[in-house]
Amino acid sequence: MTDIFNAFLSYSFLRNALIVGTLVSLCCALLGVSLVLKRYSMIGDGLSHVGFGAMSIALALNLAPLYVAIPVVIISAFLLLKINEKSRLFGDSAIALISTSSVAIGVMIVSMTKGMTTDISNYMFGSILVMTKADVILSIVLSLLVLVLFVLFYNRIFAITFDESFAKATGTNTNLFNSFIAILTAITIVLGMRMMGAMLISSLIIFPALSSLKVCKSFGAVIVLSAVISAISFICGLFMSFTLDSPTGATVVVSNLVVYLLFCLIAKIRKN
Amino acid sequence: MNIIICENLSVAFSKTPVLKDLSFTVDEGDYLCIVGENGSGKSTLIKCLLGLIAPDTGHIVTEKSLFNHIGYLPQQTTIQKDFPATVFEVVLSGFLNDLNGRLFYTKAHKEKAKEMLSLFGISDIKNKSYRTLSGGQQQRVLLARAMCSTKRLLLLDEPEAGLDPLAVRDLYATLRKLNREHGITIIMVSHSLNEAVREANKVLHLGEDCSFFFGTSKEYEKSEFGKRFLGGQKND
Repeated sequence: MTDIFNAFLSYSFLRNALIVGTLVSLCCALLGVSLVLKRYSMIGDGLSHVGFGAMSIALALNLAPLYVAIPVVIISAFLLLKINEKSRLFGDSAIALISTSSVAIGVMIVSMTKGMTTDISNYMFGSILVMTKADVILSIVLSLLVLVLFVLFYNRIFAITFDESFAKATGTNTNLFNSFIAILTAITIVLGMRMMGAMLISSLIIFPALSSLKVCKSFGAVIVLSAVISAISFICGLFMSFTLDSPTGATVVVSNLVVYLLFCLIAKIRKN
Repeated sequence: MNIIICENLSVAFSKTPVLKDLSFTVDEGDYLCIVGENGSGKSTLIKCLLGLIAPDTGHIVTEKSLFNHIGYLPQQTTIQKDFPATVFEVVLSGFLNDLNGRLFYTKAHKEKAKEMLSLFGISDIKNKSYRTLSGGQQQRVLLARAMCSTKRLLLLDEPEAGLDPLAVRDLYATLRKLNREHGITIIMVSHSLNEAVREANKVLHLGEDCSFFFGTSKEYEKSEFGKRFLGGQKND
């Protein structure tokens, strides 16, 4: 076991994946609780698809993917939030429309310029090999920023998640904070999607929150447990993917799924 | 003493008038009940009072400090029904308007929140999860939270919605106590005319085509508005 572990740590790309992935998982878990409770989890899914479109365009134009995707996804986050507010009834359809269109445009552009290469598959389902050193540093800085901002604004985020009208009535600028959460989510998703894949990154937002919602009774506990679950699931998933030689993104999702099922079981047993 | 003066208030949404030339006043210690059919502009008026919408014409005069210190009890949302938060977390969030740029709640906030818990008789469920409470208990928690953000004025939006009759009676008793013993001014939007009119000392009835009645409960019972609506309910 220790041999495998040492072998694991001897690869620098695995070390990077471990650091960036754990940080991004933590960000996803914290933001995920708020998004899931506000019924905004589809936005996370929509954003990752938009991110895929943006990265394909960056690839076709030979630009740095992160620098193109982050602004594009932040703008889309605003857009999706507005759509969700304005048209409660068709909000989910609008999000589906935007995400599928982005994927379609992304696939078209890439197949016209470079052909369907492994790059595309990497973006769709993730790869831990694609990150450059600059990407790693940017990811670490940004995800630490997301974590710190979340902790600092924890009380306001709680109030807005629990009761937006109350927060608004007591003088909190809820639109500003919703946009703030959307920006943090956009950054987190772009950082995570290269490793996890555009199709799979939203699971990091949804699974840990849903698992801890099964057993916790306070908001604080949900936040802490989600963070712990997310980090542990990621590390286990990465380690498993190394030993089983399976794709990292998919393995991390499966590891999250196992945890979720476990918590469902715990909740069932507790109830009886 | 007037604490809110509302003069010739008009609000229209895409040229359809919702409120027109509405005038009324609220005095310190009043218990004002706002009634009216769906779509008569009750929610719009609440939003105006909270300063969330600016009226097209007319104005609302209040002391500046009052605006930021209204204890508001909004209608419950579906999100809250299964929200994982303890009673204490919810009540404490009532101090949101008192953070003033601070990031975390102070010790004084926590002490005050505990006082509110005991005022509403919910100290024993302090660490219980909000989602496991009964409708009546949830309403008490939200009232305690609203009281954290105010010392003087409570604004309640259909607080009896979704409560069973016993819990409604309990709620009215609590509000009466806050009004009479603690001198809290209450503005309540309500659907149950008879009880609300009995409890309140003033009534604002928003009718069709932007007509309205404003006066004391006694005047209301004698007015055309009151006769039609109160009478209609008694025959049910």
